[in-house]
Amino acid sequence: MNDLFLQLTIAILIGIGAGYLGSFMVLKRMSLVGDALSHVALPGIALALLWNFNPFFGAFTVLFAAILGVWALERKTELPSETLVGIFFTLSLAIGILLVPDHELLEALFGDISSVTIADLLITLLSVAAIVIIISLIRRGLTISTLSKDLAKSMNISVDKINFIFLIMVSLIVAIGIKVAGTILTGSLVIIPAAAAKNISISISKYTLLAALFGAIASIGGVFMAALWSLPPGPSIILTGGIIFLATLVFKKF
Amino acid sequence: MSESILDIENLTVSFDDNEVIENLSFSAQKGDVIAIVGPNGAGKSVLFRAMLGLIPYSGKINWAPKLKISYVPQKFNVEKDFPITVKEFLQLKSKSRSDIMSALKSVGIATGHHDNHHLEHHFLNQRVGWLSGGQVQRVLVAWALLDHPDVLLFDEPTAGIDVGGEETIYNLLKKLNDERALTVFIISHDLNIVYKYANTVLCLNKKKLCFGSPSDVLDPQALLKLYGGEASFYAHEHK
Repeated sequence: MNDLFLQLTIAILIGIGAGYLGSFMVLKRMSLVGDALSHVALPGIALALLWNFNPFFGAFTVLFAAILGVWALERKTELPSETLVGIFFTLSLAIGILLVPDHELLEALFGDISSVTIADLLITLLSVAAIVIIISLIRRGLTISTLSKDLAKSMNISVDKINFIFLIMVSLIVAIGIKVAGTILTGSLVIIPAAAAKNISISISKYTLLAALFGAIASIGGVFMAALWSLPPGPSIILTGGIIFLATLVFKKF
Repeated sequence: MSESILDIENLTVSFDDNEVIENLSFSAQKGDVIAIVGPNGAGKSVLFRAMLGLIPYSGKINWAPKLKISYVPQKFNVEKDFPITVKEFLQLKSKSRSDIMSALKSVGIATGHHDNHHLEHHFLNQRVGWLSGGQVQRVLVAWALLDHPDVLLFDEPTAGIDVGGEETIYNLLKKLNDERALTVFIISHDLNIVYKYANTVLCLNKKKLCFGSPSDVLDPQALLKLYGGEASFYAHEHK
């Protein structure tokens, strides 16, 4: 039971962080960035498993390097970086699969929250707190630059700096999300709650709040569903999110 | 008599060795309404971005000191499903309720006899994406007016505004120009607007092709030179 409580707390925290951050990713049309980035994390997880340290640090280090690359690419070229990003990210997935020991591969790919420890709780708590606080601090500039980059620049908002901070937060949520949903499914932790919230919100304040709330609800539903029917928690959480999304479609504001 | 507010000398902007604006010089006086016209890709929006210091350029752009410049960009991505209300949008620029109300009044949205309850429910708490094209423009101008600018750069959207709505937004800019001595730069695609509201027109197609009062400089030859065959309709009109 104690174990379940730990799982639940971690899952809820991640749900809140992923939902809140995801709401801005969806507005910035970066829905699939989380998905692509989670693939990059795999080699980092592999190294952590091989050298026996917490996979969070391996994942975050590799993600941070990837983020630097994307950010530099975005600044240097106005070209769509899709192709390069696509190649780079699938390559790291391939390298990761080759590096991860066979018996750990399933966990790395799909996540396993049943193996979490107190250390994971601490890492998650600190990361989610950082995400919520930092995003709240930059949300004005983030919103204006999403509406119009030129407008933001004409108001002396440092768009590049804000985007960089935002990307670091994205890599942070992906690094902790992998514990729950693995490299394959983590992307949907950030997209689904935000997409559901967008269906039924007129204002941005309600939208971001609902996204965080839906993230938490999906986590609660998923963890209980998994415990009840002995299912893997990651996919259960994402399925619960999917149900929330379908429900909001009924009330969609046109 | 009038004081100079902007001097541009030998402005050249290039992207990848491609000159988008070539050796452009002109100046503007306080209280001018300057329309910038030219075909697509003539460098009009680029000129605005250079004037705002958003892109690198060579030459000189000298604004009078201590000016507040507001900008309404053409590309403004408030899509229909972007969850943000008019109030939240305006609050991104100013938290002051009285400033917001006075800006809305300036653009003719909050009139004296409009009761606040109605305004709150039917306008301020609406999604920006649900407003009509004309209303969005008013909100954008209100946004631009929020910090009491001396200069307004208005990059007109190419499509989506009904003719009635378009007319009023220019009446409004003209009114603001009269009342506050606001200097207005408009990128316009509609030559009728230019004749009606601007006191100065700059014809731009990479280079300066004409500059002066619309009735003086916008003759058929100038238009033919500026647009090629594209503007034959307007050329006929003024023969």
